[in-house]
Amino acid sequence: MSRIPPLAITAFTATCAAGRGRDALAAALASRTGGLRRNDFNDLSCWIGRVAGIEQAPLQAAWRAWESRNHRLAWLGLHQDGFHEQAQAAIERYGATRVALIVGTSTSSIGETERAYRELDEGHFNAEQRQRRGHAAHALGAFVQQALAVRGPCLTIATACSSSAKVFASAQRLLHAGIADAAIVGGVDTLCGSVLYGFNSLELVSSEPCRPFDVQRSGLSLGEAAGFALLENVSADKSAPRLVGYGESADAHHMSAPHPQGLGAERALRDALERAGLEPHEVDYINLHGTASRQNDEVEAKLIARAFPATTLASSTKGWTGHTLGAAGIVEANIALLALERGLVPGTLNTQTLDPVCGPQIQIDNREGNLRIALSNSFGFGGNNCCLAFAAGVAA
Amino acid sequence: MNTLEIGVAGIGVWSPQWPSWDVAQAALCGKVEAAAEAASRPAPTLLPPAERRRAPEAVLIAVEAAQQACAMALREPRDLAHVFASAYGDLPVNDYLCATLARAPGEISPTRFHNSVHNAAAGYWAIATGCMRSSTAVSAGDSTFGAALLETALIARNEAVLLVVSDVAAVGPLQDVIACRSSFAVAFVLAPVTAHPSSRLRLRLCDGAAPLAQDAALLQANHQGNPAAASLLLLAALARRQATTLLANAGPQLTLEMEISF
Repeated sequence: MSRIPPLAITAFTATCAAGRGRDALAAALASRTGGLRRNDFNDLSCWIGRVAGIEQAPLQAAWRAWESRNHRLAWLGLHQDGFHEQAQAAIERYGATRVALIVGTSTSSIGETERAYRELDEGHFNAEQRQRRGHAAHALGAFVQQALAVRGPCLTIATACSSSAKVFASAQRLLHAGIADAAIVGGVDTLCGSVLYGFNSLELVSSEPCRPFDVQRSGLSLGEAAGFALLENVSADKSAPRLVGYGESADAHHMSAPHPQGLGAERALRDALERAGLEPHEVDYINLHGTASRQNDEVEAKLIARAFPATTLASSTKGWTGHTLGAAGIVEANIALLALERGLVPGTLNTQTLDPVCGPQIQIDNREGNLRIALSNSFGFGGNNCCLAFAAGVAA
Repeated sequence: MNTLEIGVAGIGVWSPQWPSWDVAQAALCGKVEAAAEAASRPAPTLLPPAERRRAPEAVLIAVEAAQQACAMALREPRDLAHVFASAYGDLPVNDYLCATLARAPGEISPTRFHNSVHNAAAGYWAIATGCMRSSTAVSAGDSTFGAALLETALIARNEAVLLVVSDVAAVGPLQDVIACRSSFAVAFVLAPVTAHPSSRLRLRLCDGAAPLAQDAALLQANHQGNPAAASLLLLAALARRQATTLLANAGPQLTLEMEISF
C-alpha cells in the first residue's frame, strides 16, 4: 500500500439531530447536548435522532418530482454553512464537467416507495407516485447533481453504513487520476419504516438512548442526517484540513454481524494509516463507529485497545446523533474535522460505565487539545468497512 | 480530459437466454440463436449449497457472472477488490419490504431486511470467496454501466479488480415506475495494461449525452429496460474481437468513450 497525495477539504457541513450546520453541531458536542428523542416517527418504542423541521420544508415547486424526505434533508444540508455557494464557486473555477459528485446512502428515498405501497390504487402506484423520481438508490446522486448543476462523474455508493465514508476514497482516486479537479462528496439518509422495523427485527434497537461502549449498552438508536464536503488538490488551500488516507475492506464473515476478531476493520485501519504514511502513535483522535450494539462495540473496542497507545483518544458520537446509517460516514468525518479545527475531542454521550474490554483510549468525557491527526471508522452490513484519515492543514 | 487505459482479463455473463459468456459470445457473433429454453436462475458453484438454494436472484446472477469472469482471467476471487453495480438493487426484496410495511410492519423478516442492502451481492461474494479486499456497491441510474466502469477503471490502473453490473426484473407495483423486465448480469476482470491482457480499453470522458447506440437493435433485441444491458455493445465488440470505439452514458450529460483494441 503506497502513500497517496493528500487532498484539501475546502468546505464541509453536516445537518443532523444535534444541529443544522457545523457551529450548531460543535456547540452541541461542547455542551454535551444530545439530539435523541423518544420515537415520534412511528409506533416502535425506541429513541431516534430526528432532524426537526423536515415536514415544514417541502421542495420548491420546480423540484416537485423529486419530493421525498431524503431529498428535503439533502436540500437542507446543502444550504448550511454556505456549502452550496462554495460548491458553485468550485464549479465556476474548474468548470462543471471537471467537478465530480460522489454521494453515499443506505436507503435513499425508499420512504417514498413505502408511502406509494401504502397508497396503492387497485394494486398500482397512484398517479402522483408514478411521477416521482425517487424509487431507486441513485435518486440521491441524481437529485444533488441537478440541485448543484454539476456535470462531472457522478455516482451513488450504497454499502449500508460505510457508504458516505467510501465517497472520500472514490473521490481521491478520481482526482489523483486527473479525471476531475474537484469533488463534492456527501451522504444523506432519512428515517423510514424499512430501517426502523428492519433493525428492530434484528433485535439491534435499544429501548433507551444508545450508550456506546457502556457495559450495559442495549443496542442502537437510529437517526438521520445529511452532510457534504468539497475536495480539491492541496495547492488550492494549504491551510485547509486534509484527507490523507483511506482504507476499505470486507469482513468476509456475515451479512449483519461483524467479524468476531475485527479482522476486516483492522485491515481498513491499517490501509488508511499506510496510505497516509502514519504510525498509530501519531493518531490523536479516532471517531469510532460505536453503534452501541453488543457485538460492534466489543469488537471495535478490542481493536482500538490492541492497535493504539493510550495517548490516542477515541469516542463514539452516536449518543448525539443516533446511527445515521449511510450518512454516518460524512457526519463523523465532519466531527473529526471539527476536532482538528477547534481542538475539541468529544467524549461518548449517555455512557456511564465503560465495558471492561475498552482500553484507555475510549473517552466518556469531552477533552480539549491541539490535534493534528484524526481518524473516522465506519462499518456496514455485508461486512463492509472504511476508515478515513484526516490531518490538520498547514498554518499559513 | 485525461484518458485511462486498462486491460480486460475476464468476462462473465448471465441472462435467461445466455447462461454463460461462451453462449453469449457465440450469439453475439451470429453463430447460434439464443437459447429458446430460458434458464430460470443460475446456481453458481462458488456459493455453498444452502446459499445457492436460498439466495435471492439478484445475488445469484451477480455471483454467477463474477465467478465466470474470475475463472476466465485465471484469478483467485479472494485476491480481487470488487465493484458491484446495480441501478435498482434487489427489486423483489424491496417489493417484499414495502408490501410488508404497508400490511404488517412488525412481521419483517430480519434475513430479508439485511438482504435489502444494495451491497448484498458484494457481501455474499466476499463471504463465499473469503475476500477481504475493498468491496463496493454503486448505482448511477440508467448510466450505471458507464459510471461503474469508470469507478472500476480507476482501481484497475494499479491492480486487477472485479466489476459486476447487474439488475433483476421489477416485480409487483414497482413495475409501474421501473421499466426493467428481464434479468441481466455482466462481469469483467479489469487489470493494468502491464499485465498483458488480450484486449485493452482506452476510456475517455466527453461532455454531453451519448447519442443513441449505433447498434440499437442489439440493445433492444433482448434485456429490454435493463440498465446492465448498456454493456452489450462492448460485449459484442469483445466477442467479435473487433477494434472499435464505442460510447456509453456515464451520466445524463456525460459520455464514456471506450476505444477497444486487441
